[in-house]
Amino acid sequence: MAKRVGIESSIAVADTVKMCDVDVVAAYPITPQTHIVEHIADLVANGELDAEYIPVESEHSAMSACLGSSAAGARTFTATASQGLELMHEVLYVASGMRLPIVMAVANRAVSAPLSIWGDHSDVMSCRDTGWIQVFVENGQEAVDMTICSFKIAEDPSVLLPFMINLDGFHLSHVIEPIIFPEEEEVKAFLPNFDYKYRLTPDHPVAMGDFATPPLFTEARWAHHMALVNSQKKIVEVWNEFEQKFGRGYKPVETYKTEGAETLLFTMGSFSETAMTAVDQMREQGKNVGLVRLRLWRPFPFEEIYEAVKGAKTLIVLDRALSTGGPAGPVASEIKAGLYNKEVKPKVVSIIGGIGGRDIHDYDFINIVEHGEALAKTSDIAPYEIYGVRG
Amino acid sequence: MENYNVFASRVVSKNEPLAPGHRACTGCGEVLALRLCAKAFGKNTIVVNATGCMEIIASQAPYNSWRLPWIHTLFENASATASGIEAAIKVLARKNRVPESEINVVAIGGDGSTVDIGIQSLSGALERGHNFTYICFDNEAYMNTGIQRSSATPFGASTTTSPAGKKSIGQSTWKKDMPAIMAAHNIPYVATACPSYPFDLMNKVEKALATKGPAYIHVFSVCPTGWRSAGNLSVRYGRLAVETGVFPLYEIENGVYKMSVEVPELKPLTAYTKGQGRFKHLKEDNLAKIEARVHEEYEKLLEKCNLSAVEEGK
Ligand SMILES: Cc1ncc(C[n+]2csc(CCOP(=O)(O)OP(=O)(O)O)c2C)c(N)n1
Ligand code: SF4
Ligand SMILES: [Mg+2]
Repeated sequence: MAKRVGIESSIAVADTVKMCDVDVVAAYPITPQTHIVEHIADLVANGELDAEYIPVESEHSAMSACLGSSAAGARTFTATASQGLELMHEVLYVASGMRLPIVMAVANRAVSAPLSIWGDHSDVMSCRDTGWIQVFVENGQEAVDMTICSFKIAEDPSVLLPFMINLDGFHLSHVIEPIIFPEEEEVKAFLPNFDYKYRLTPDHPVAMGDFATPPLFTEARWAHHMALVNSQKKIVEVWNEFEQKFGRGYKPVETYKTEGAETLLFTMGSFSETAMTAVDQMREQGKNVGLVRLRLWRPFPFEEIYEAVKGAKTLIVLDRALSTGGPAGPVASEIKAGLYNKEVKPKVVSIIGGIGGRDIHDYDFINIVEHGEALAKTSDIAPYEIYGVRG
Repeated sequence: MENYNVFASRVVSKNEPLAPGHRACTGCGEVLALRLCAKAFGKNTIVVNATGCMEIIASQAPYNSWRLPWIHTLFENASATASGIEAAIKVLARKNRVPESEINVVAIGGDGSTVDIGIQSLSGALERGHNFTYICFDNEAYMNTGIQRSSATPFGASTTTSPAGKKSIGQSTWKKDMPAIMAAHNIPYVATACPSYPFDLMNKVEKALATKGPAYIHVFSVCPTGWRSAGNLSVRYGRLAVETGVFPLYEIENGVYKMSVEVPELKPLTAYTKGQGRFKHLKEDNLAKIEARVHEEYEKLLEKCNLSAVEEGK
């Protein structure tokens, strides 16, 4: 029987890694990811998880060791955040380009300078084009469920891509929640062993990591791109299968009280739960407001997003990252670009907030909606605004 | 074969794990070294290759010269990648998911990827004690990108980023003593080698593979393109580097130093520098300064070997 326990999300992710019988973990500590890797180290030290834990000397080496272990056919996990993710940056492209199904949790945090250990999405936004599957989770339960699903999706022979699970630093990573844990046996039945056909072995030598000349490179990149785009089918399939087995369902794009809504908020990650509370309050006051939450960031599920937003008049996108010197928040920019050629579309307001760990409360969301609606009525909508910034 | 020192060409493996047809320059001493090492690898070896000449000449898709399982990921991370492979082999065998077998993991890289940009990754892997062998092919510069200096470039050598000029002698720093840094990690096996001494090189590779824990071999690799030397003289330049004391061949086995090739009397430095375009600009006093340093280093090494011999009671 599944059991419900009060537990910190980071510890829950680590316990899930154990349930998934991961073979190799290579990791380097950084706040706010530390609890995940410390707890995995404990599990290995206590003999509860039979894995090789490689306490590497940097994140660059963490991801590089993950390349090796995954290429050799081992189920591989790591976790990082912020500067650590940046230090891994060039290796991330190799993981995906070589189609290695590494799973990584990112406890999202701001990037220096100035130094900030607190949460936002600027670390992962710089990884947008690294070719990984990327999801944002909203709560600890989802972090657990996504971890289980991620291995099954990533290691599927039709996918073979690395998988990044973004969970907001502190706001999610350090919060204690009631979480339902499936039985290990159920997870085993759901998640078969990683059986990598092309693994490095003297029994049938393969070469991995050749270089490509101009006549080949475009096709190689295209193949990678198509694999990522097509992975959405498998992602949805696995999430549906998960729902049948475990009773909790997930979709690339989720909607909350969007029926007939004139104004829609758009969020990613843990702030979605606060936004739901705000939507409840506004609905009670008779305001026609709903919420769209993006779970799947890459591949970008624009069709589903369009379906969810096309009926609204105003779409207010909250980005927890500033595209410095750019045209709008990173998520808002992509949505604007996708909507541009559509006949029927909402006006888009880009709000940047919650960066460097600054909270956004339910009343902030209400302010944002009021302000966003006013902005949308202006003839020349400001391309973006930074919520609450003191000039 | 048991011992390559018993010279007989028919007992040297005719297998060529690194197939001919690669794109190395004529007379490349680095690829000669690699080919000899590959012969010593045997079938049960996984090769991790850092970015650099040896990776580029062997792996233009859709062709690849390796008959062994081979992986290239990046420039500075071969040791970390090898760590992951070694860990995977260990855990998968323990969990009975793959047939248990002794698989050698060998990481290879040039001096740039080893002595400079990859030194952290290598140091970490040695410190953690992974069971793998690292082989550095030292041609004393970043050759793949066009002969830029590295910290293994010798004093006085002219490279594209340490060019000799009116106000420059060329490389103005002394070659980093990488084997000493490796030895300071207290790993069980460190050696220097050179393909001009092929059996010594292959023996050392076999020893390194048989070592439990990390092993490191630093291979002197003549690069006619980068050194502006004649391609038909690469083997001779390797010998001259040893005979002049510029690159002594030795082993450090569990802390015990031993000369592999004794040179009773060092040849004059110019026997080695002559004919190398990278040293052409050096004046007599420059060469004398370098020679003095070479002798000094050589003496220090001899002392360590002698001390080891005494400690071993020989
Ligand atoms: C992070 C990074 N920086 C720089 C490079 C460019 N680069 C590729 S190979 C190379 C030099 C290789 O030198 P070395 O390791 O000595 O090998 P060699 O080509 O001399 O055999 C450089 C600088 C790179 N690939 N990656
Ligand atoms: S540049 Fe030097 S090391 Fe590189 S392939 Fe040519 S000769 Fe060999
Ligand atoms: Mg070099």
